[in-house]
Amino acid sequence: MSLQATTSQTVGPFFQIGLARFYVDDLSGPGVSGEVIEIEGRVFDGDGEPVPDGVIEIWQADAQGKYAHSEFSNEVESIQKNDAQAKEHAQTQREQAGFRGFGRVPTQPDGSFRFKTSKPGRVLAPDGTLQAPHIAVSIFTRGLLRRLVTRIYFPDEPSNAEDFALKLIEAGRRHTLIAKKSRDGWLEWNIVLQGADETVFFDC
Amino acid sequence: MPRRAMMQSMASFRGYRRAEAGTQPDHLHPPYVSSIKRAPSKPLVYLPHTLSEVTGPSFESSAIDVKASDLTRQHHGEPLGERIIVSGRVLDEDGRPTPRTLIEVWQANAAGRYRHNVDQHNAPLDPNFEGSGHTLTDEQGNFRFITIRPGAYPWRNHYNAWRPAHIHFSVFGPAFATRLITQMYFPGDALLPFDPIFNCTADEKARNRLISLFDWETTVCEQALGYRFDIILSGRDSTPWEK
Repeated sequence: MSLQATTSQTVGPFFQIGLARFYVDDLSGPGVSGEVIEIEGRVFDGDGEPVPDGVIEIWQADAQGKYAHSEFSNEVESIQKNDAQAKEHAQTQREQAGFRGFGRVPTQPDGSFRFKTSKPGRVLAPDGTLQAPHIAVSIFTRGLLRRLVTRIYFPDEPSNAEDFALKLIEAGRRHTLIAKKSRDGWLEWNIVLQGADETVFFDC
Repeated sequence: MPRRAMMQSMASFRGYRRAEAGTQPDHLHPPYVSSIKRAPSKPLVYLPHTLSEVTGPSFESSAIDVKASDLTRQHHGEPLGERIIVSGRVLDEDGRPTPRTLIEVWQANAAGRYRHNVDQHNAPLDPNFEGSGHTLTDEQGNFRFITIRPGAYPWRNHYNAWRPAHIHFSVFGPAFATRLITQMYFPGDALLPFDPIFNCTADEKARNRLISLFDWETTVCEQALGYRFDIILSGRDSTPWEK
């Protein structure tokens, strides 16, 4: 190794200028299969005050547990060449072509944010088990010198009990990553940056 | 198991390396006052990288505005200030280029004012300058922006606090694990030793790599001074996950 990763700096209060062009708050839509879900939440600081100047990014697999990522899709194609089911897979891939898996929204003056998306399928963990459905989250805001990384999990998912990442967390804090059922069809998931009910953040 | 998930598992994926101690900022850096109530107080939970962290978003060239890499040509008139070219490469820690990755930039104008409603600094806006741009790196990881050298500006972190001139950079890289937002500074800026954000990284060499290099090769005769800023993203672990 001859080089060292560039050091992170805060996104600052003016990111809207630079990041707004690629805001995506709706990952669902025509050609995207799966259960449509809507997630809303708020971001709070250590005093319980809303964080009105943050930006939240999400990254997730599609409903079949497939990430829109070239390193792996190439491999899928090469496997399909000798595969009797190739036609069916190609069809599914076309249907999923609209699903990019990426979302980005700024927080509002009351610290709130919301996404509409398709509930992700399960993907493999390094130990060979299947992870529970989850969404990877990055949080950037003035005051954060590095991004914070966390995950959103889903309520009423029996697979949460055996999830690779949830099991790394002490039992009393796991609930901070699991969304709650809110009003009709909505899921509520808040982010507490600091304090007694602080969200679990990962060293990623 | 869904078949396609199984095929993804057949890739012998490797995680990304973690930063060496001191080369990335701690979340809490009290001289930067905004970190005090926003930094987590509990230790982070170490997450071995899974498929979710070794994959990441990509952006099609069709989503890119080819004019967005020239911040001096976004209006009818030219912005005021010193025209500059900022070029560099996005590489990983092993020196491999990161092709076709999205870079977004934003900055203050030459007077030190952002085009943002939160910025109330008593300096003029420039009707010909938005202060934002984006581009994809080419196959060799190269990027190039034409812009205006940003001005320093005051902020309220402490008495007589001024941010050194800087350009914000957002880069994705190949994976969720490589996502980076940083700031590029200029060589010889007298404000650097006093800036708590620049100085939040303990390792002096690491923070000094945020300072771009004046570069004759990037400089265009009778057009613009050139600065070089290479961005290094985490490298791949050498050993794949077993199983």
